[in-house]
Amino acid sequence: MTDHTDSTSKHKIDIHKKEHKEEMIHQVISFTLMILFTFIAFGMVILEISSYFVKPVLILLAVVQVVFQLYYFMHMKNKGHTMPAMMMFSGIAVAILTIITFTTIIWW
Amino acid sequence: MSNAIAQQRGLGAMIWDYITTVDHKKIAHLYLVSGGFFFLIGGLEAMIIRIQLMKPDNEFISAGLYNEMITMHGTTMIFLAAMPLIFALMNAVVPLQIGARDVAFPFLNSLGFWLFLFGGLLLNVSWFTGGAPDAGWTNYAPLSTTSAGHGVDYYVMGLQISGAGTLIGGINFLVTIINMRAPGMTYMRMPLFTWTTFITSVLILFAFPALTVGLFLMMFDRMFGSAFFDVTAGGNEIIWEHLFWIFGHPEVYILILPLFGAFSDIISTFSKKRLFGYSAMVFATVLIGFLGFMVWAHHMFTVGLGPIANSIFAVSTMAIAVPTGIKIFNWLFTMWGGSIKMSAAMLWSIAFIPSFTIGGMTGVMLASAAADYQYHDTYFVVGHFHYVIVGGVVFGIFAALHYWWPKMFGKVLNEKLGHLAFWPFFIGFHLTFFIQHFLGLMGMPRRYWTYFEGQSLATGNMISTVGAFLMAIGTLIFLYNIVYTAIKEPQASADPWDGRTLEWSIPSTPPFYNFKQTPLVRGLDPLWIEKMEGRKGVTPAEPLGDIHMPNASVLPFLMSLGLFIAGFGFIYQVDHNAWFIAVAVGMGLTLGSMLTRSLKDDLGYHIHKEDLVEKGDGK
Ligand code: HEM
Ligand SMILES: [Cu+2]
Repeated sequence: MTDHTDSTSKHKIDIHKKEHKEEMIHQVISFTLMILFTFIAFGMVILEISSYFVKPVLILLAVVQVVFQLYYFMHMKNKGHTMPAMMMFSGIAVAILTIITFTTIIWW
Repeated sequence: MSNAIAQQRGLGAMIWDYITTVDHKKIAHLYLVSGGFFFLIGGLEAMIIRIQLMKPDNEFISAGLYNEMITMHGTTMIFLAAMPLIFALMNAVVPLQIGARDVAFPFLNSLGFWLFLFGGLLLNVSWFTGGAPDAGWTNYAPLSTTSAGHGVDYYVMGLQISGAGTLIGGINFLVTIINMRAPGMTYMRMPLFTWTTFITSVLILFAFPALTVGLFLMMFDRMFGSAFFDVTAGGNEIIWEHLFWIFGHPEVYILILPLFGAFSDIISTFSKKRLFGYSAMVFATVLIGFLGFMVWAHHMFTVGLGPIANSIFAVSTMAIAVPTGIKIFNWLFTMWGGSIKMSAAMLWSIAFIPSFTIGGMTGVMLASAAADYQYHDTYFVVGHFHYVIVGGVVFGIFAALHYWWPKMFGKVLNEKLGHLAFWPFFIGFHLTFFIQHFLGLMGMPRRYWTYFEGQSLATGNMISTVGAFLMAIGTLIFLYNIVYTAIKEPQASADPWDGRTLEWSIPSTPPFYNFKQTPLVRGLDPLWIEKMEGRKGVTPAEPLGDIHMPNASVLPFLMSLGLFIAGFGFIYQVDHNAWFIAVAVGMGLTLGSMLTRSLKDDLGYHIHKEDLVEKGDGK
């Protein structure tokens, strides 16, 4: 192999390393946040804060965690995931529709 | 390697070949044969129903048996006949239409089939073990939860197993269409049959889980003493109805959409024209899929959801008629000015248009909630759904089989016999079901065992029964045609219809690796483009190279067999604990096979370049 190809591939590796590092930082940040959220969740229940407050906050925290999980740990933020994302959002839409029906029509 | 075994051609070897195959073309044969078998059983049940209703106060069969008949007829026709026949077409055609060598998950494809088959067999075993399910194909609680005997248990376990198979099959096609398209085959160049298969697979993915959940709750209510649907213990039966129809309405679109696609391909081929309004057709398909999830409560107008819910669902239901109408007009405009060839496939397709339109029209009538209080649970509804299902789905299956038979079996079905089968079926269909609308308006309820003298229902029912016999005659002629074609007709060419899409660019029947070289797609109707530019075949996208193929496997069969055995265990453990042994044995077989699959690497094999050159186009 010539010098030339060597240097370009080295350049590529550098870019790759940089991306990798960024990715790592993102993952560590979201991981810390997720642990923090979990502590908050447990804390709220242990401190016996009013359930009118706790319930919605718990659900909100859970949703944020799921988003972190999908986008940072399962790489949905990366390219080439539009089709899976579309499928998941359609699935979520169907599920929400079901829940809305059940709460409004059956259990209200 | 399946090829080596097949060369011996003993019957045993052939059966083994089919049990272990992962080739989508052979799985298509399996789906066709078993779907056809269940279609005949369902048809036989229909004939028994029609004989019972032929005259007033008839006692051809008892009232209890009648309930079993209507339940098994509906369940069999929807889950065990229409679904697999559609899967047969999808397996036979879709990979070829997108220029793929195989489906994305050949192993799962085979698993999907065997689960369906064993689920269907389990359901039908109930006939011999003291009574089939008898709570209707909709299986409403509390009729189902309180039904005596084990019939409904068979319904629950059978549909759970075959439903899992359908879900797996749907996922396989979803991934196949997203990932395996040949170079240049963009989404907006996919043939309509591939498009509708794609949307259907999405619907399967989202609709079947609702059924799975419903069946699980039903299973626990019936077998393990829970009370999800038991009002006296704080449950609620309406939950079953919602879950069933959240699945059930998308299901009817799962049935019709692939055939909309088939009709589009057929009508464009035999009109020698590009499909009119291709992008509108795609858009309408997506829209129907989307709206299909918003309308399920139109089956529950009379439950007492209240005027607001009823109005919302009435409006969304009527909205579906719009994309459906778009499709009807596009088919008509495709034929307009085309040079139409009246082949048998085209005959079924043309007959479909007015027949289905009538069904759509009665659908909109049913969709107005206030009027539905009058129609609901009468023969008017029976008329409606048979117009869409027989006039749409069954006509579509006949049309598609005539069209793709040469690709599936290497011979063109005899055209004369094809026309001969069409006419009695077509006339019989309208005789049977048109009059049922009026019987319904006159007050004849559905699912009743008999009616009295002097209710003026006798003539209409007699006409209906006569029509049913005509349909049976048409079906028999079609079966005869299959045998006749197999024996008498010559080998078909690669492109007997002067086709437009990729499946006609390879031999009938295709070699097991489909395409020697992956084709390069340069537009909509890729083969037609090449023909217009004076080329013989489609330009390849790659040089000749080794082809990677999956290995055959018996594991899908064993996994499904395991669930079949476990199914009996679940059903009968209520009577005696010893039946848990069957659960253990069955689940052991299934989980053991899954473990084997996970631990043993199976990397497939390669067909070498040299062998491809040597063998030429054939096998
Ligand atoms: C314009 C399109 C359609 C509309 C507006 C429509 C509307 C309706 C409504 C309102 C009902 C309930 C009637 C009642 O129980 O009182 C119904 C029943 C039914 N429809 Fe449709 N429909 C349409 C198309 C289809 C298609 C394409 C299929 C199948 C391929 C289908 C299959 C069925 C079945 C099987 C039932 C009866 C289910 C049962 O109670 O057992 N419909 N339809
Ligand atoms: Cu519906």
